[in-house]
Amino acid sequence: MPLLRKDLLGLEGAGADEINLVLDTAASMKEVLGRKIKKVPALRGKTVVNLFYEPSTRTRTSFELSAKYLSADSVNIAASTSSTVKGESLKDTAATLTALGADLVVLRHPMAGAPHMLAGHIKAAVINAGDGAHEHPTQSLLDMYTVREKKGGIKGLEVAIVGDVLHSRVARSNIWGFTAMGARVRLCGPTTMMPAEIEKTGAHVYSRMEEALDGADVVIMLRIQLERQQQGLFPGIREYAGLFGLNEKRLKLAAPKALVMHPGPINRGVEIAHEVADGIQSVINEQVTNGVAVRMALLYLLMGGGPGEVAN
Amino acid sequence: MHGFKQKAVILDTEGIRRALTRIAHEIIERNRGIDKLALIGIRSRGVPLAARLAGKILQIEGKEVPVGTLDITLYRDDLSTLSTQPLVRKTEVPFPVEGKTIVLVDDVMYTGRTIRAALDAVIDLGRPKLIQLAVLVDRGHRELPIRADYVGKNVPTSKKEDVAVLLEEIDGEEKVIITEEDKHY
Repeated sequence: MPLLRKDLLGLEGAGADEINLVLDTAASMKEVLGRKIKKVPALRGKTVVNLFYEPSTRTRTSFELSAKYLSADSVNIAASTSSTVKGESLKDTAATLTALGADLVVLRHPMAGAPHMLAGHIKAAVINAGDGAHEHPTQSLLDMYTVREKKGGIKGLEVAIVGDVLHSRVARSNIWGFTAMGARVRLCGPTTMMPAEIEKTGAHVYSRMEEALDGADVVIMLRIQLERQQQGLFPGIREYAGLFGLNEKRLKLAAPKALVMHPGPINRGVEIAHEVADGIQSVINEQVTNGVAVRMALLYLLMGGGPGEVAN
Repeated sequence: MHGFKQKAVILDTEGIRRALTRIAHEIIERNRGIDKLALIGIRSRGVPLAARLAGKILQIEGKEVPVGTLDITLYRDDLSTLSTQPLVRKTEVPFPVEGKTIVLVDDVMYTGRTIRAALDAVIDLGRPKLIQLAVLVDRGHRELPIRADYVGKNVPTSKKEDVAVLLEEIDGEEKVIITEEDKHY
């Protein structure tokens, strides 16, 4: 079964079959990552453009390595934030990328919906590497991959997502993804950081962290975006850590052997305590490795095939 | 098999068993024993064939040989021309290939392109001492300078025909047949 889409813009509306195809392919790619020579010739002659309108080290590096391990050529374009406000300029960029012969564009953009717009103006496949507070599908896919690998499956699991849900594209993609895979998603965070009507996505909102963690199989901690905290959504870092930080005592409320995850970069001592981040239940570093495997799978699935023959 | 009709049975259950028994003996004889020998089956039907050969070698020599599985999808030379991406499955070679005598195992040898891809895939895992090839059926029509070391049966075919190997482990039945395009289909 091929992946029947031109782009990966988000996980809203994605089905379990499609997600499983990506995760199965990623499992095969992970074997390549375990080799001494991490390189296969599958995407020779293909060009990947990493177009980043927001600073990113891990996601960009992850995509860059994924392309290289599959023998595709990759170029990085770090666009200045100033030219992004108008949709027009992105359209022009699309034309340039087409002229350059890009087969796939990885886009990170501060505005929600930017990848959707780009996808409509370009023949190349588009992967959303994070658009505003909207979606970050590849992060969610690597989270699901990690959970599936560690737990043997996703269906029926209780997945708690804790922190700044309002600003988190990771949370949004994970709500869609984990729900499609048959897990139950619990959300927890300060009420000022909980989007209105988020229950409509099928997720369940908890105001106390103790309740959200009770019996959870997976705990995903979100990064507190300290750079966005001038708005005063919570009184102080210490108070936040006291109410919503994951420490050893709180982790005991979760199911035994519950997985601790974090999309990174982590603020130690804020949303997650030192000893939990480095503890035996933490799979934070595995998430990074799995991210490369999942992105290799996506590059392979979206870039293969003859020109213009992939169904949109 | 849509649009194909069975033309002839080349090997039945007994025929397949005898061919594999002979190949197992040949592998042991040619390599003067099974020291540093390993079998790698090419997905899909090379995998059960490699396992069966390992079983026969165990019966004859009283020692197990390591068995691996190779998926050659990422090494295909036609990836950019196919309209949809073929499924990538896992390569599982749980032993170092360095310095080993590797016997690649596949069901049907045809153009030789699968074997070319398999050679690249194996060499990416390390540097074996030598690589040999065992196939259940060689149907000719090579497009590359590649030949098999061990052949169950040579079957001259026309390009319009197809050879289908059906194995108990995958297909629930056991036979090798020649099929031909059904004009009335």
